[in-house]
Amino acid sequence: MKNPIRGLNKHFESRVRLGVMSVLSVNEQADFNTLKELLEVTDGNLASHVRSLENQGYLEVNKQFIARKPNTTYRITKKGRKAFEDHLSALESLLK
Amino acid sequence: METSRKHLEDLNEIRQIMERSTKFLSLSGWSGIFAGLFAIMGVIAAYLYLDGGNIYYDESLRMLSGDRQISPRVFLLGDAIVVLILALISAYYFSLKKAKRMGEKMWSPVMRRLLFHLAVPLVTGGLLSLVLIWQNNVNLVAPLTLIFYGIALVNAGKFTHREIIWLGMAQILTGLAAAVWQEYGLYFWGAGFGMYHIIYGTTLYLKYDRKGK
Repeated sequence: MKNPIRGLNKHFESRVRLGVMSVLSVNEQADFNTLKELLEVTDGNLASHVRSLENQGYLEVNKQFIARKPNTTYRITKKGRKAFEDHLSALESLLK
Repeated sequence: METSRKHLEDLNEIRQIMERSTKFLSLSGWSGIFAGLFAIMGVIAAYLYLDGGNIYYDESLRMLSGDRQISPRVFLLGDAIVVLILALISAYYFSLKKAKRMGEKMWSPVMRRLLFHLAVPLVTGGLLSLVLIWQNNVNLVAPLTLIFYGIALVNAGKFTHREIIWLGMAQILTGLAAAVWQEYGLYFWGAGFGMYHIIYGTTLYLKYDRKGK
């Protein structure tokens, strides 16, 4: 039998990363401030978690200027969605 | 045991975040109740103005203009606009209050999406009604405002509490009925914008607001 714990993704152990993936999996895109407000975290904290997810190739970053203010938006990648769904199935199967 | 509780908490949190990031949940039941009350007051004002319903409201618009200070067309339009403004103010006020209590932001991307999906059918219906009034086709205004409002609610339903879809369906059916029995437009209007809003607002209040306190 396959060990269900192996399905859990180490990169999603942090609540913040899990939160970011949750938001992006149901929204086409989200900007930095929206994520910050939804997850109730500080700038620095969110930035570091987002960067690590980006490094994994789980999300796509788009930087632009709106009315001369920098605005960063995020989208989930195919790879990220797959990883997140696998992680959710693993969590569910652990609880059965 | 300890880890499985953590996993359960994780799953719960994921579900909450997904919901919070896609739905505007600060819609207050009170705003529905107040919108309904204002609508009923507006209908009573129109009813009294049209001589207690002795005169069909469609006929009156063409025939009574001479012996009134302001024409019935202008009066009914003004009446409807006042009701709409009062309803919007109360919706804004109660939602802002509830959003503050829940620690949710009022002006969020979800709110913008909700308003956009609400506004497209609503503005279309509103402009069409103005065109019809202008062309003296007043008979169809009551059914069409109900139908377009219903479509707007169904359209916006996926961004807030699901109950709003049922409210929208009821408005559409009432609007269709009002199109069949046009002489009773005012009563259908009172049922749709008045009674249904109060029922919907009360349901929302009992289900979400009271529990949240």
